[in-house]
Amino acid sequence: MLLRHTTAKEIDRQALTINPAKTCQPVGAMYAALGIHGCLPHSHGSQGCCAYHRSALTRHFKEPVMASTSSFSEGSSVFGGASNLTQAIQTIFTVYNPDIIAVHTTCLSETIGDDLNSIVSKAQEDGLIPEGKKVIYCNTPSYVGSHVTGYSNQVAAMVKFFSKATPHKRNVINIVNGWMEPSDQREIKRLAKEMEARIIMFPDMTDSLDSPLTGKFEMYPKGGVTQADLIATGDSKFSIGLGPECIEDTCVKLDAKCHVKYDVVDIPIGLKATDRFIMSLSHHTGLPVPDSITDDRGRLLDMVADNSKYLYGKRVALFGDPDTLVPLVEFLVSLDMKPVYVVTGTESKYFNERMKEILKDIPEAKYKSGGRSDTFLLHQWIKQEGVDMIFGNTYAKYIARDENIPLIRTGFPIADRPGHNFFPVTGYVGATNLVIQILTGFLDKQDRTCLEEKVEFQM
Amino acid sequence: MGYILKERQNQVSVAGERAETIDCNKASLAGSVSQRACVFCGSRVVLYPIADALHLVHGPIGCAAYTWDIRGSLSSGPQLHRLSFSTDLQERDVIFGGEKKLTESLNELIDLHHPKAVFVYTTCIVGVIGDDVEKICQLMEQEKGIPVIPVQAPGFQGTKKDGYRIACEALFKLVGRVNKPTPPHSINILGDFNLAGELWILVEYYKRIGVNVNCSLTGDGRVEDIGNAHNAALNVVQCSGSMSRLGVMMEEKYGIPCKRVSYFGIEDMSEALYEVARFFKDDEMMEKARILVRDEFERLLPELEWYKERLRGKKAAIYVGGAFKAISLVKALRLIGVQSVIVGSQTGTKEDYDLIRNLCDEGTIIVDDSNPVELSHFVKEKGANIFIGGVKERPIAYKIGLGFCDHNHERKKALAGYEGMLNFAKEIYATAMSPVWQFTKK
Repeated sequence: MLLRHTTAKEIDRQALTINPAKTCQPVGAMYAALGIHGCLPHSHGSQGCCAYHRSALTRHFKEPVMASTSSFSEGSSVFGGASNLTQAIQTIFTVYNPDIIAVHTTCLSETIGDDLNSIVSKAQEDGLIPEGKKVIYCNTPSYVGSHVTGYSNQVAAMVKFFSKATPHKRNVINIVNGWMEPSDQREIKRLAKEMEARIIMFPDMTDSLDSPLTGKFEMYPKGGVTQADLIATGDSKFSIGLGPECIEDTCVKLDAKCHVKYDVVDIPIGLKATDRFIMSLSHHTGLPVPDSITDDRGRLLDMVADNSKYLYGKRVALFGDPDTLVPLVEFLVSLDMKPVYVVTGTESKYFNERMKEILKDIPEAKYKSGGRSDTFLLHQWIKQEGVDMIFGNTYAKYIARDENIPLIRTGFPIADRPGHNFFPVTGYVGATNLVIQILTGFLDKQDRTCLEEKVEFQM
Repeated sequence: MGYILKERQNQVSVAGERAETIDCNKASLAGSVSQRACVFCGSRVVLYPIADALHLVHGPIGCAAYTWDIRGSLSSGPQLHRLSFSTDLQERDVIFGGEKKLTESLNELIDLHHPKAVFVYTTCIVGVIGDDVEKICQLMEQEKGIPVIPVQAPGFQGTKKDGYRIACEALFKLVGRVNKPTPPHSINILGDFNLAGELWILVEYYKRIGVNVNCSLTGDGRVEDIGNAHNAALNVVQCSGSMSRLGVMMEEKYGIPCKRVSYFGIEDMSEALYEVARFFKDDEMMEKARILVRDEFERLLPELEWYKERLRGKKAAIYVGGAFKAISLVKALRLIGVQSVIVGSQTGTKEDYDLIRNLCDEGTIIVDDSNPVELSHFVKEKGANIFIGGVKERPIAYKIGLGFCDHNHERKKALAGYEGMLNFAKEIYATAMSPVWQFTKK
């Protein structure tokens, strides 16, 4: 038992976090910045932060992840990191030559009080930023919020530094992406294309973190939202934001800056959330939903109907991020399953309110967000009364093994299986993928563990 | 070589070309896409494998999250080291100090898990807000009756190597707390982390030549064994960077001599056994070592020959953490017909690089603290077929159509010792000769 230390009895914890269901802000900022074309994320802090974030993203995507660091030393912590960042800007444009540097801070640079605004302005005045190049920045103190907050801050910075309103509104919808896989974003693009909607998607990790093997190392892969498109977001007629915790702030800021009205919906995972997204897109573009999408939906329903007996009443535990958990839990309820334990390390009012509503007919359900909402707590709940399945990142596998339950890998990081950046969980197609994974999980376990005479050909 | 930063030019050298020594052990240039990590990382990876100790990271959540079960350091017993414990510092803690939270966390943790010892790692931010971690650890140690050891490792206070030193100093505080009798030919193994069970292979070899392994630092490590480490006759140190400092400290205080070895490749593995036998001046042991080496050679050589015939002419690029490992890799690759055309490390010393220069063929590029741009250029320039490195290099290697072997935390098969050599050959062969490369553009 890998987690033999987990006790069923909940202990009173005031201070301690065990096996967290979150990580820190900068990695979210780094991920979001990789969704801009020709952009090098820059970590303003110690070398280790940058190395850890790159490793975490590399392990998850199995892709090269480029980012630079201010390489803080003892001196920087005393005298501030201004000279490090100034030096870094020069080094980066000289050697790596990106179009954009996206700087994010760390706990160290925040605590010593580096003022990015004045450092970057000074660099601009001193001519260290070449013509046509751009340095954007955001504050991502690791001791506030979580990786979700960092992602949110970085996306908001895209609006702050790029979005511009001209007198000419365009018949374009902004799709503002919350934390998703490239595959999820690709599916959303496909849906928009089926509907013939004109969109600008940002950030956009397709062709950035799922790039093909070409025999060449591309420091800046072909994917990512372009600078021109980011600027043009200010002229779009509407924004649809996917995932409140990750991008509501961005939508609000874009509206305030460029008067682009918005609708924030859940990330389209599962039936209802996809319905809402498709309706929002159809409504705001004024375009009808094409038959091809309605058929996707029909095929999903067909599969669910065919297999509903295997789903009914199954108890599920989940951990991850608020924006993903809300639609996912809602989908499980639609599937007649029972999401009984849900935990996120990210403090979230959105999560708490939506869980209350979604889980209102499952009185035994427990959920928690924020401090001490870690996978240790989730495991303790499972030990008190078991579940049939768990959803989570790779760290869920220890619980899955100890409790002998199938695991559906969702969230970040997934370091032990490929495929999450290939096969979406968004849209009706993604929901179908999820149902297949869930069924495979249950049925494989049944085939493996049932009595010999009970092995069935037809299931 | 226009892609090499001007400031870095002295950190790159070519064997046989220039006589001057390589510039190393300096901080990475701000703005570089360095493959290096920080002080905290260095101390964390060294202490991580101690399986019956608690490892509490005092800082914001990230530092604990990123070091949660990231090394395949196997334990034959407790698995406590694989959990992630953090004080998860919040803004108010940064303003008012995290001391109370640390004290509470330690209380909760020790009562929950009853560990044999606790390591408390301080991170960047604790270094700045100035929590008195030493004091808290001291009080906690008195209260709970177990060693509670501060590991002062704010990330910015140097390089990963400084983290190694800090880890050694932390370990040194454990040494000498236990006194148990040890058999006459007892050694400590320093610097093996039992990745993929490598330590167990080594212990078996030593056993076969009549040597008792008293304590392992730190692979499959136990607090009590480390406490008794001073009762060994010899410290056998592997891994150039991480454990040398502890060896030196134990030599100074306890008079235990130190031998530096490597367990990678046939030559170095055999030399390690001979070195220990020579130290004990024991003819019988030496004879046993000779027999062991001969048996393993006889078993291994025909198999390696098979790989050598097929791999002949292939070229490898090596970029690893420690330079001592790089040296072993050059030799091991040579044994299977593969030439090393690029050899680099994150933390090598001047002496290491001199050794590499003498060992390598003319024209080999030798590099300290490299970055992806340089590395991908070097690889192209030298026509390498295989890359040997760590997590951040892997996808780059694959993207440019090279085979890849992880010789770092993520190795899945033991690469040490004789059977490790065979695994290594297999892995190199599998990746270099994979049919996938036929389908990629060159």
